Amino acid sequence: MALTGLEIYKNLPKTNCGDCNFPTCMAFAMQLAAKRVSLDQCPHVSEEAKATLAEASAPPMRLVKIGKDKNPLEIGQETVLFRHQEKFHRPTGIAIKLKDNLREGEIDKEVEEINGLKFTRVGEEISINLIAIEHTGVSAEEYARLVGKVKEKSNFPLILISPKPEVIEAALGVSSEGNPLIYVANKENYEGMASLAKKYRCPLCVEGKDLEELAERTAEIKKLGVEDIVLSIDSDRAMDTLQDLTRSRRLALEKKFRPLGYPTITFTTEKDSFQEVGQATTYICKYGGILVIEGKKKWQILPLLTVRQNIYTDPQVPNAVEAKLYEIGGVSSNSPLIVTTNFSLTYFTVEGEVTNSKIPTYISVVETEGLGVLNAYAGDKWSAEKIGKTLEEQKVKEKVGHNSVIIPGLVAVFRAELEEDFGWKVLVGPEEAARIPAFLKNEWKVN
Amino acid sequence: MTIPDVKQKWANPINTVTIGAAKEGGGTRTHTISVGGSTTLPFLHFEGEIPHRPVVAMEILDIVPEDWHPLLSKYFSDVWDNPGKWAKKCVEEFGADLICLRLAGCDPDGKNQGPEEAATAVKSVLETTGVPLIIWGCGNDDKDNEVLPKCSEVSAGERCLLGSITEDNYKTLVALCKADGHKLIAESPVDINIAKQVNILATDLGLDAEDIVIYPTSGALGYGIEYVYSIMERGRLAGLSGDKMWAMPILCDIGKEVWKAKEAIVSQNEVPQWGSQEERGPLWEATTAYVYLLAGTDILIMRHPKAVKEVKKYINKLIV
Ligand code: B12
Ligand code: SF4
Repeated sequence: MALTGLEIYKNLPKTNCGDCNFPTCMAFAMQLAAKRVSLDQCPHVSEEAKATLAEASAPPMRLVKIGKDKNPLEIGQETVLFRHQEKFHRPTGIAIKLKDNLREGEIDKEVEEINGLKFTRVGEEISINLIAIEHTGVSAEEYARLVGKVKEKSNFPLILISPKPEVIEAALGVSSEGNPLIYVANKENYEGMASLAKKYRCPLCVEGKDLEELAERTAEIKKLGVEDIVLSIDSDRAMDTLQDLTRSRRLALEKKFRPLGYPTITFTTEKDSFQEVGQATTYICKYGGILVIEGKKKWQILPLLTVRQNIYTDPQVPNAVEAKLYEIGGVSSNSPLIVTTNFSLTYFTVEGEVTNSKIPTYISVVETEGLGVLNAYAGDKWSAEKIGKTLEEQKVKEKVGHNSVIIPGLVAVFRAELEEDFGWKVLVGPEEAARIPAFLKNEWKVN
Repeated sequence: MTIPDVKQKWANPINTVTIGAAKEGGGTRTHTISVGGSTTLPFLHFEGEIPHRPVVAMEILDIVPEDWHPLLSKYFSDVWDNPGKWAKKCVEEFGADLICLRLAGCDPDGKNQGPEEAATAVKSVLETTGVPLIIWGCGNDDKDNEVLPKCSEVSAGERCLLGSITEDNYKTLVALCKADGHKLIAESPVDINIAKQVNILATDLGLDAEDIVIYPTSGALGYGIEYVYSIMERGRLAGLSGDKMWAMPILCDIGKEVWKAKEAIVSQNEVPQWGSQEERGPLWEATTAYVYLLAGTDILIMRHPKAVKEVKKYINKLIV
């Protein structure tokens, strides 16, 4: 959070000695507020003032890192309550939960299944981010062995779940260098958990029966020297969790309430697949930093990852690809030619289907200021004329040896003009990209 | 530790709109359905009142659909040649709160049916079901202006929700609603100002703001949903903050969007890495609904019975 010059000034020595190369403390404070100088330029500032200023200028929600090298995850440091106000910065980390009652042979299978939970959407690979391992009954050594095994088989950072410090410590023994997240410090165990978090330098989840108790506990834990804290917001009922997530986000951002100025972790509790996705969607949209789920069927994870991708898209940046002639596959002069817009979602959807068809194809992407087919049409960002000119500019005729172009079914109205004014033979394609492969196979012919 | 209060005091509640009229209200519905009325953002019970839960309408057509996916036809093909039976099945077997009859058969580019046929469909749905009714034209302005008056007339007093008026086409429908006591869907293309403008135009003609439901357009999950989501959130915040022209309940029409999304319609054979289509299809629709619920939708129009059932079940978990 940015401090004003006056707020900074209050903490300076107020002697106007000039050693900072500014005539007065106030002048120096103003420069600091504008972030043009750094505090150590004043040799006289007290340790206490340094701490106060550092604290006050820290962001209202802390950034917490989990994991290292391969797939690290950062959560927190969010700045708004609604995405249109700026954007949501750090996509909810999605964790799949395993229990320690897995048998030897099952572990490999489960982890392999989890490793496979990745998809490509809009040209981006989307996947889950963490594996949570819950301790229920086995001995500390057995739990540690399981943790070691999962770590070996996958690249995801881990969440270690147990209320028993000795169990966590055993697991940290084999996994701490991977910077796992510890779950959870509660009323009974927080001192033990805090000392583990400190000793192994790992982030720590904290739990309380309500937000009041949670705030007390984070304050205590901070005193014990642990700063990388994640708030556990885990009521059984989606309704309560949603409200607590909202309150904690408001407290952190609107009230700058430090004891809750951390990212959150939530858990689904529903056993039914559809209901579980309902809960999970709620927590992704509304302020979940980490979401721990049990369901890991592909048809459950795909919509969840899509929700996350959509909600965390930056609303201020037009999502556009470069407008040019793309060659998909080993094209030749006989390959089909299709046109589309430069909205990323539109382009990648079309490109994906062209790839699926296994028919090498030219895609001429028209500059439509990042708008999709109907939006570009309704917003006057493309027309038959624009397409005709784009095809000329992209020197398409030098590449293709035919005269046919396929246009999106939603803009069939462009056909006549493209044919009459630009001499193309126009094929009106389907309205949905999913039908492009069949169209290329059955309807495309060179004219 | 005491923590600061983060309850917000909003200037204005969302309007309550009641759809359907029972006997005491001059209609023949077995009950009415009210939406809106909340004094806070979606599901924030700690902050305000949420007197009415979001509801789910199931979509039916006045003709046999040509392009409905097999995952849908499997539930409806035995009844979809008859709107009355189709509606009844949706209510009795699948628990629809309301029926949305879309007059697709009137489309001049399709079957081009006339006002009489449309009115017959309306009457048959009113006869076989007791739930409140949404009647939606085919989307062609001229044709809707020709067909909807008859539909409005045969359902006069039933307090249906009629759709839809736009910036360019509102006069006929506003007049009908005032004459026959219906409510109106005000449509706008994912644009916060146009949404407002339609409401201003309609209320200037004497329609009560309480007779309007906002339809800000809908996109499916993965196909532009985030744009609509944010328009809805901004609109709802404006409504609660005192903008009377955004203080209406919101409607999302998602069935028709979802059931053209690839993730809903392609088989597991074609895309093995996406898993079971039987589950994936309805879950895509349910998840689209889950997202819109958080942005403030009050009425959802949906298609798949399983998606409808699960969404209704989940709504009950967010409402005390
Ligand atoms: C998200 C959205 C927006 C976003 C923009 C998103 C973007 N970057 O394009 C915002 C909020 C900015 C917006 C603005 C507007 N919008 Co808008 N918007 C939508 C919405 C909800 C989804 C569109 C979308 O992204 N679809 C997904 C993409 C992937 O679809 P697509 O580009 O069509 O591509 C598909 C197919 O066409 C096909 N395809 C693509 N290329 C090709 C090529 C070939 C050869 C083939 C075969 C197939 C193919 O594959 C894709 C997947 O199937 C739709 C309503 C709806 N549910 O569709 C309205 C909609 C498109 N908007 C509409 C309008 C009117 C507008 C505005 C003019 C409103 C205004 N006055 O401000 C503006 C125009 C833009 C501007 N001037 O700024 C209208 C268009 C009406 C019409 N029929 O012309 C719609 C239909 C809403 C409505 N019912 O009124 N909109
Ligand atoms: S060096 Fe420090 S004390 Fe001296 S004028 Fe600058 S800010 Fe003030």
